[in-house]
Amino acid sequence: MDVKRRKFLKIAGISAIAGIGAPTAFSTLLKGEVNASSGGGHGEATEKSDAHAEEKVVGKQYGLVINTKKFGQIAGLAEKCTAACHAEHNVPDYGNPKDEIKWIWTESYNHAFQGKSDHKKNDALKNLPILVTCNHCANPPCVKACPTKATFKNKDGIVMMDYHRCIGCRFCMAACPYGARSFNWKNPRETYANGEMKFYPNGINKEFPTRMRGVVEKCNLCAKRIADGKLPSCVEACGDTKGIIFGDINDPNSEISQVLKNTFTIQRNPTTGTRPSVFYII
Amino acid sequence: MMYDSGKIITGLVIFVIMITFPIWYNVGGAEQLPKVEKPVGKKECVQDTQFMRTSHMALLNNWRDEVVRSGERQYQVVEGVKYEKSLQNGCMNCHTSKAKFCDECHTYAAVKPYCWDCHVQPKEIN
Amino acid sequence: MLEKALQGKHAYWGWILFLLGVISIGGIFYVFQYFNGLGVTGMSRDVSWGLYISQFTFLVGVAAGGVMLVLPYYVHDFKEFGKITILGEFMAIAAICMCLMFIIADLGQPLRALNVLLHPTPSSMLFWDMIVLNGYLFLNVLVGWVVLHSHYKDAPAPKWIKIFIWISIPWAISIHTVTAMLYCGLPGRHFWLTAILAPRFLASAFAAGPALLLLVALIMKKVANFDAGEKAIQKLTTIIAYAAILNFFFVGLEFFVAYYSELPGHTHTFDYLFFGSHGYDNLVGPMRFSAFIGIVATIMFLIPKCKQNTTLLPIMCIMIFLSLLIDKGLGFVLGGFVPNPLGAIVEYYPTIPELGIVAAIWAAGALILTILYKIVLSVEANKA
Repeated sequence: MDVKRRKFLKIAGISAIAGIGAPTAFSTLLKGEVNASSGGGHGEATEKSDAHAEEKVVGKQYGLVINTKKFGQIAGLAEKCTAACHAEHNVPDYGNPKDEIKWIWTESYNHAFQGKSDHKKNDALKNLPILVTCNHCANPPCVKACPTKATFKNKDGIVMMDYHRCIGCRFCMAACPYGARSFNWKNPRETYANGEMKFYPNGINKEFPTRMRGVVEKCNLCAKRIADGKLPSCVEACGDTKGIIFGDINDPNSEISQVLKNTFTIQRNPTTGTRPSVFYII
Repeated sequence: MMYDSGKIITGLVIFVIMITFPIWYNVGGAEQLPKVEKPVGKKECVQDTQFMRTSHMALLNNWRDEVVRSGERQYQVVEGVKYEKSLQNGCMNCHTSKAKFCDECHTYAAVKPYCWDCHVQPKEIN
Repeated sequence: MLEKALQGKHAYWGWILFLLGVISIGGIFYVFQYFNGLGVTGMSRDVSWGLYISQFTFLVGVAAGGVMLVLPYYVHDFKEFGKITILGEFMAIAAICMCLMFIIADLGQPLRALNVLLHPTPSSMLFWDMIVLNGYLFLNVLVGWVVLHSHYKDAPAPKWIKIFIWISIPWAISIHTVTAMLYCGLPGRHFWLTAILAPRFLASAFAAGPALLLLVALIMKKVANFDAGEKAIQKLTTIIAYAAILNFFFVGLEFFVAYYSELPGHTHTFDYLFFGSHGYDNLVGPMRFSAFIGIVATIMFLIPKCKQNTTLLPIMCIMIFLSLLIDKGLGFVLGGFVPNPLGAIVEYYPTIPELGIVAAIWAAGALILTILYKIVLSVEANKA
């Protein structure tokens, strides 16, 4: 997109508020609603008799299959994924839950899967580490809620953050049904008097930016690594354990699609209609 | 008829002094034009010097939108070398010193871009 | 007309100075927050909105409450509201200004606030909230000022203003409806996800707004010799009573749905707010207190002897206002974050800087209200 076109779009947008282009704004809104309703199952039901029919596939949708069995078997693997991701993306460590920022982390089964119970389930389930992260939903409520399009879905189906545009209203945090978003309550680059960084005790990755105070951040499914032809860092951290499988879930020939086709998997909070792209083998 | 002409004139004088403050405060203080340190052995940039001098911020802004929002990450080729469309991982490959390249002009022009609140400069920090 | 705000007695200037003092102290706290980030507040990853947004939500209601005077006066020609309708409009101005200040105080990057205009996003309810709030501010400034100025000049209000008055009525409903939609459209927050939210917001607004107005009118009667008129006061008490009854009816329905269905997602937050959950109960006291004084005051508003008692009436107004302030301006927003999407409970305690900023915004609202009401009083005094 060139500068002129972007400028034009901005002006068009502003005039839409002024009422000049109201029909344009309205049609955008309607489009948004149509998208939204097709995700809930109810919208689909009018076309097909089955309310749970397959969703229509449009474009790429990168996703993950997380094999929790592997993480149960291999001690420390989940922590390794978190560490790799957080080091790669300069996720600061504030050392307290109030300011905590996390992109991918471990939860227990009954916390990760709200609405599912571990009551009378096998003992192994209770100690199973479940890696949770942004679900890169096909129908993300955070994107709908963001008033500036600072969070948006890119052409690979990744829910991205534009940290330059985020105004820090935290509407997306209220909208996310997975608790996947963190806010920079403080300046992550704060230093001690001697210049040492407070929240990056292990230094920072010079290939990747940090964030600034006052913006929301979350997993970006390693959009840059993917563009460079690499695997997401959590996937790479699993080595050849196949703990996490990454790929385009809309491409029927991808490895991930084959795994999804042949294995029973579950998603987190599917009843919210967000169509999460992260699947779990339990 | 004029009431309180003394007060009005005093007020006007104070007003004029206040709004011209930046001028007389800086009288005689005109600094030397900044001399930015250019990369040694490199002749070309992604655009010509004049464009870069006036519009590098617009270019960076555009790159950001293209890379983050549109996923257009194609390399920039300068003198046959491929560079990432990136401030931190592209520009700073050649312009290796933030202090001697960026700050030199920005300080002179009294602009404070917030690039380095997030992006990592090559040397000066650990 | 504006010069009227600069003429007053010692008590008036004392009050103004007090408000300016509070604003200055809070302003210093805001500068502190501006340079250190929202980390200076009690908000956290799990309770990501705190007092700023909850107070904002409540004050949108106070602003919308003004319509309870505009509607009877202009649509039903209820003449007794002639003197106080302008107070309702000016109260809306003060409340909306406070709302905008609370929003700005809550932004992580306040300098980027105009990104909302630069990148308009019709799918976001916050975008629409910005439009309706600013539109309502504009309408009330315009209508209030034009009507008062005509009155000042002893001329009838121009005909064209009628159009704006009529627009302002559904607009008032819209501001609180859209504010409810900020919450009730989010799929993962069970406590907020309820279709009765907008009606409930409106009902509580139509009780809280007029209650505050009535209280201020009673104060002005004492300190400024302003008489709203007995008929107007009694009509206001009726409005407050019915709106409060509707509010508690709606809350009761929420309780029924939660505790009869026993769906955990529905009961969990109510448990936390009114009974405590897993040992976390920092809102139980305020919420029970709110329910108690709210119900008692509502009953009192139904008893003629109470509402005609000049000593009791201001107390009843304070009770209703405080009850709804705690219910909506505290429990509703904070409760929505409990439990978090991962089923954990995290409690929120505001910090001193945060409370200072909240106090400053209330003081700023009071200052705007004082100045506007002072102008109204002076214009009225000229007439006498």
